[in-house]
Amino acid sequence: MSRAAAEAQPPAVPEGEREPVLALTGVRRAYGEHVVLDGVDLEVRAHEVVALIGASGSGKSTLLRTANLLEPIDDGVIRLAGRDISDPRVDADAVRARIGAVFQHYNLFPHLSVLDNVTLASRLVHRLPKAEAERRGRELLASIGLADFAGAYPDRLSGGQQQRVAIVRAIATGPELLLLDEVTSALDPELVGEVLALVRSLADGGTTILMATHEMAFARDVADRVVFLDGGRIVEQGPSREFFAAPREERTRAFLARVLPG
Amino acid sequence: MSAASPDDGAWRPSELELSRRAFRRRQTWRSVLVSVLSTLVFAGLLAWAVLGSPGWARVAETFFDPGVALASLPRIAEGLLLNLQVLVFAAIGVLLVAITLATLRTLRGPVFFPLRAIAAGYTDLFRGVPLLIVLYLVGYGVPALEFFPRLPAAVWGTIAIILVYSAYVAEVFRAGIEAVHPSQRLAARSLGLSHAQTMRRVVLPQAIRKVTPALMNDFVAMQKDVGLISVLGAVDAVRAAQIETAHYFNFTPYVVAGLLFVLLALPMVRLTDWVTARMRRREQIGSIV
Ligand SMILES: Nc1ncnc2c1ncn2[C@@H]1O[C@H](COP(=O)(O)OP(=O)(O)O)[C@@H](O)[C@H]1O
Ligand SMILES: [Mg+2]
Repeated sequence: MSRAAAEAQPPAVPEGEREPVLALTGVRRAYGEHVVLDGVDLEVRAHEVVALIGASGSGKSTLLRTANLLEPIDDGVIRLAGRDISDPRVDADAVRARIGAVFQHYNLFPHLSVLDNVTLASRLVHRLPKAEAERRGRELLASIGLADFAGAYPDRLSGGQQQRVAIVRAIATGPELLLLDEVTSALDPELVGEVLALVRSLADGGTTILMATHEMAFARDVADRVVFLDGGRIVEQGPSREFFAAPREERTRAFLARVLPG
Repeated sequence: MSAASPDDGAWRPSELELSRRAFRRRQTWRSVLVSVLSTLVFAGLLAWAVLGSPGWARVAETFFDPGVALASLPRIAEGLLLNLQVLVFAAIGVLLVAITLATLRTLRGPVFFPLRAIAAGYTDLFRGVPLLIVLYLVGYGVPALEFFPRLPAAVWGTIAIILVYSAYVAEVFRAGIEAVHPSQRLAARSLGLSHAQTMRRVVLPQAIRKVTPALMNDFVAMQKDVGLISVLGAVDAVRAAQIETAHYFNFTPYVVAGLLFVLLALPMVRLTDWVTARMRRREQIGSIV
């Protein structure tokens, strides 16, 4: 889409407020009869950390995939920084280049070194010179204490180290939004902490994050807002401390009673 | 750490471990001895049976004549050079065509239906037709169209081999592409890579690694099938052997050609075994059974 077309887009929020980074309006997704997302409205503002919680199969992953156009939607609108990216004329590759994403597992490319994993998008998509991309890549690896593994292949890394590399790879190109889909759920318990610590430091650094998680304590401590998804709808959402301290909806209470110890 | 000495606390094998090792060594020696002996006995029996057979003298004369072998060797070796050239060009051609076909078959969306269908039809067709028939059709039929300038028979032979083998190899590549976990594609597309970039930088390199042993096997099969271009009259090793056989009224040249083909294939066969074993080891770390 041309720059003029993007600028001609009317603002999605009242004057004086900044555009949300991500805004879903009435997003619907169904597999045949099975409605997975049933009219979801959701906004993520700049520097905000939003946690998406809900039972397995409630549509968290589907929602995240629709946000970076890896999943088609059947109705509704998705805006990235005010621009409608659900328009079929939009260049989906260009949209994805502005959004970082990390999934549960198999994120790293096993045939590329750790450094090449981190620099791949910078070089291929953002056309950074190799030296520049590698300098930035090494900085990022150093920031997570994995500078020594730059030349190693992913199979030499522990699961926690792999996920941390996947996360810095996702932010290497300076995306406007970071999507995290249960990035710790495939890990051994003792490896979860290091990955969460990295997410927390990104959140503290102002990265805009939308994350599906089943780590309730983490959601409460790190997220600004928690969104509870059930049956393809957002049942309840609110500032994270209030959300966990005093859930309003019966379904939320039932869910939290099941997942929270004690 | 300091150099190892008996009293610095460095690990040294226990008495028990030492006795186990000694036992394993004895076992190894015993099995080597047994297999050498049994091989010798078997070879001896075979030699006795063949050499003692009533027709052996005639067979030795017509198939294993050292004089004829030596005299025919230069011509046959010269023919083998042609086989080698065909092999090199065919291998490159097969790889290019096969990767293209396999990639076409992975394209999604109705727009690409014709391309997918053509690729699928091609592989179905050329996996079904015997190589010999393709050789005749391409080698005699296509030149008869008189579209093309006169080309040596070896060129048509190479094209026929590429047609048939690329169909097989495309299927091997396709299996490899499908064996790459879908998450890899998702991860690549999430980074903003296009479909083509994802294919070239992420999927194909992993797919090729996965199918390397299978590809090498196909290459070994192709090494001997290049001998079939002789049916088009190209003077390769097989054709040269045929000429020499007619000349000497003796089949030894065929045996010579056969041995040369074996020698040609041997390095690749060994390499294939080695690569396959190495990949299996890497995939089954910790397993000794
Ligand atoms: N490709 C698919 N085809 C059919 N159903 C699917 C597909 N992907 C997901 N689903 C269904 O969509 C629902 C939501 O899945 P998902 O978004 O993965 O949930 P969550 O991440 O919250 O566990 C599940 O019931 C799942 O079975
Ligand atoms: Mg999920």
